[in-house]
Amino acid sequence: MNTDKTYTVKGVTGDWEIVVGLEVHAQVISNAKLFSGASAAFGAEPNANVSLVDAAMPGMLPVINGECVRQAVRTGLALGAQINKWSRFDRKNYFYADLPQGYQISQFQFPIVGEGEVVVDLGEGRTKTVGIERLHLEQDAGKSLHDQHPDATYVDLNRSGVALMEIVSKPDMRSPEEAGAYVRKLRTILRYIGSCDGNMEEGSMRADVNVSVRKSGDPLGTRCEIKNVNSMRFVMQAIEYEARRQVDIIEDGGMIKQETRLFDPNKGETRSMRSKEEAHDYRYFPDPDLLPLEFDDAFMTDAKASLPELPDAKKIRFTESLGLSGYNASVLVAEKENADYFEALLAEIVKATGKGEREVAKQAANWVISDLFGHLNKSGAAISDSPVSPAGGAELLKLITDGVISGRIAKDVFEIMYETGKSAAAIVEEKGLQQVSDTGEIEALIDQIIAGNPGQVAAYRGGKDKLFGFFVGQVMKATGGKANPQVVNKLLRKKL
Amino acid sequence: MTDLTRLTIAGARDGLKKGDFSARELTSAHIAELEAARALNAYIVETPDQALRMADKADQRLKEGDAPGLCGIPLAIKDLFCTEGVLSTAGSHILNGFRPRYESTVTANLWRDGAVMLGKVNMDEFAMGSSNEHSHYGPVKNPWRAKGSDQDLVPGGSSGGSAASVAAHIAMGATGTDTGGSIRQPAALTGIVGMKPTYGRCSRWGVVAFASSLDHPGPFGRTVRDTAIMLGSMAGYDAKDSTSVNRPVPDYEAGLGKGVKGMKIGVPKEYRTDGMPEEIDALWQKGIDWLRDQGAEIVVVSLPHTKYALPAYYIVAPAEASSNLARYDGVRYGLREKVDGGGLDDMYEATRAAGFGDEVKRRILIGTYVLSAGYYDAYYLKAQKVRTLIANDFHSVFKKVDALLTPTAPNAAFPLGDKLDDPLAMYFNDVFTVPANLAGVPAISVPAGLTGDGLPLGLQVIGKAFDEETVFTVGQAIEDAADFTAKPEAWWRD
Repeated sequence: MNTDKTYTVKGVTGDWEIVVGLEVHAQVISNAKLFSGASAAFGAEPNANVSLVDAAMPGMLPVINGECVRQAVRTGLALGAQINKWSRFDRKNYFYADLPQGYQISQFQFPIVGEGEVVVDLGEGRTKTVGIERLHLEQDAGKSLHDQHPDATYVDLNRSGVALMEIVSKPDMRSPEEAGAYVRKLRTILRYIGSCDGNMEEGSMRADVNVSVRKSGDPLGTRCEIKNVNSMRFVMQAIEYEARRQVDIIEDGGMIKQETRLFDPNKGETRSMRSKEEAHDYRYFPDPDLLPLEFDDAFMTDAKASLPELPDAKKIRFTESLGLSGYNASVLVAEKENADYFEALLAEIVKATGKGEREVAKQAANWVISDLFGHLNKSGAAISDSPVSPAGGAELLKLITDGVISGRIAKDVFEIMYETGKSAAAIVEEKGLQQVSDTGEIEALIDQIIAGNPGQVAAYRGGKDKLFGFFVGQVMKATGGKANPQVVNKLLRKKL
Repeated sequence: MTDLTRLTIAGARDGLKKGDFSARELTSAHIAELEAARALNAYIVETPDQALRMADKADQRLKEGDAPGLCGIPLAIKDLFCTEGVLSTAGSHILNGFRPRYESTVTANLWRDGAVMLGKVNMDEFAMGSSNEHSHYGPVKNPWRAKGSDQDLVPGGSSGGSAASVAAHIAMGATGTDTGGSIRQPAALTGIVGMKPTYGRCSRWGVVAFASSLDHPGPFGRTVRDTAIMLGSMAGYDAKDSTSVNRPVPDYEAGLGKGVKGMKIGVPKEYRTDGMPEEIDALWQKGIDWLRDQGAEIVVVSLPHTKYALPAYYIVAPAEASSNLARYDGVRYGLREKVDGGGLDDMYEATRAAGFGDEVKRRILIGTYVLSAGYYDAYYLKAQKVRTLIANDFHSVFKKVDALLTPTAPNAAFPLGDKLDDPLAMYFNDVFTVPANLAGVPAISVPAGLTGDGLPLGLQVIGKAFDEETVFTVGQAIEDAADFTAKPEAWWRD
């Protein structure tokens, strides 16, 4: 199913369609860098993670890190993309202080991963398929620090040589929303398979955004590339601003110059960085220090076997096998940690109650999404920090299923669990919150209430059915909410 | 020359094992000789203290009976090899004061086997040159002079300091690197043996890169046996060099002495170039006769793409160099030229302008040009295709013959300054050596005779990839027959 809403930029000459393609740079999760043994960890002291190769000392040579290759292949497989068993590293030559070699080792002509696609969720059941053009491996550069000294620039090479995957989409997106959803989905997939942590604040994922505008049906317009956009919100803002800018220029009789632009998040606008004429001639050529990258079917098979269930497949299973709603399934699969928690919870419930997954899945999903997520959001905690474990959650839900507490009481119990970390059973026991299902006790209470409210009894019996709720409320009030509602209903009907 | 400096590596090794003299004595003799030979300008850095320490350690190992083949043998190291704590400049001002904190794999292998470092020897800057005149540290002089002349001659290049030091007996052997002939051509011009092994045999790790796909570390010695001993130590798989080849290294020395009887030796007709001096042609013919006389079958063969080798080389090598030398930017090590009020680009320009010599700049410009958008296909890509054709030429000819015999260089040593203003004439010195680099196959230069002026000439033997043994065997057959015993007069001693 494709999106049915068409996004346009309104101009004086009519509606403009926008065309967006993204190059997402995703830092590979690996212990070491792409071509050296130095640590790829984030947050170390400046220049703590720099090998002789990363600093481009004379005579140093790159040696490919097989784990980075495996991660790229896994990512390619997760994107349903073609895997190239033969690929090649090229040098991209340019001078910059934080590029010690004077070239970046990248893959220009023969990338490790070819075409694939990503199905993007747009909400309300709408989806969009975005094509992947290619994925290649390349080295990250270091970082220039201009604010450490009044008239010198410092260079931190910790990132120098860290492995990046550049994932290039086809120009398939037609709205800021689609671009944002694409980045979100890509991030979900990478995090699922553990090939990138997707942490945009730390820069482990960032996007170059290509934007052009055209009248519907026209050929592609001239595009501008907005470099290094580092949040999903900024991606959408940059596209919106840039499309408007381009439409205004064209409608004023101007031409779009192909150029590289920067997004200024403070002003919410893009500005020119360098024109096509100023663009570097990177003088790509095959890196003679490296052999072509080749691997066999066994390597691919192993990489494939190491993939977890992917979000799309998981969503289908959640709806089809577990009977969840599409919305709930989408929410649960969006983050692997959430899906993992849900599945662990489900397993605990099945273990505790002996019931089938499908019987308990809806209740579990509702509890995770409304109760657990609600509390986590309120306290700003990640699911990995949840004070209530899946087993703890299962225990609570079992108390409801077994009729020990009502759903209403369960919310209070959960609140205490969340605060104190105590188990549900202990809290129920301690506070005496067990549901009253003893028919004798409830019957006695009902008798008292009927006796004490003759007017209402008469009115009910005279046909005012709505008053039934009044009696239920009275019983609940008398039992502090602990009376089993089913038992109350049954007895009340009998007595009235 | 003393009795000790007259020895070959093999001879010295035997003497050390027998206890005829100590490693300290052998090293001291060489230190004294090299200090008396500074007129040659062969050494950029002399490391006598370190040499004696290493010699003492060698003596200890000899005493303990743990003495590998090179134990106590004093060597000169081309300044392209990074040596831990010792100035390593690649003959360039841009590596001013650079002392690496690491040791190249090849030199580490030599030290593992007990060899002693006398110092770092001069070379054309970044190994670019065929005369050793393109060094920041000044030209090296060839120990040889024409009969009755006191004109200074070039030792060849780029490993001119390596060749001169071995020829002048101020080192028993030397390391070199050969990107287009930089071991074989100077060996020929100084009357010694120089071996370029198969690409991938000797690790490039820790060797300052010129053109990565063409750079071959290799040995110099005064005999084929000595180079075989040295290569046995230098060679070997190195996981730190992705182009290193994981194959066992044969005992090259043990493989010597088999003789060429029954071998097929190819004589490539394309190597007979126009304007080749008569003397060189005659020497080549002599070599052919020697091998035939020793029982080899001589076959005239064709390597049809030979004439494209030099032009292809002078595209591929500068292209790689232009990229390899980008790291010398003044940011992290070596020279930094600051410009008052200038920015990063100004520092790059000033540093690289001051740090690189003219020949290096020329090749960076050529390399940058041939890789540029719009020219890449016409130059670089075409040259790579030519390279494939040249490799195929060798591949098919080695189905028919065991080795090839050619001259090493188109001329003997020439006067300093003679070709300095004519880069093409200089580049032409590599015409016979470059094809083996493009194909990565092993080749050796063996001294085979003298010109009428009394200057040495070499013959080149080229073999199949990873068949250094046959190359050594044929080289030794030439060596035996040539009986090259001439030595330069020690005019350089003061």
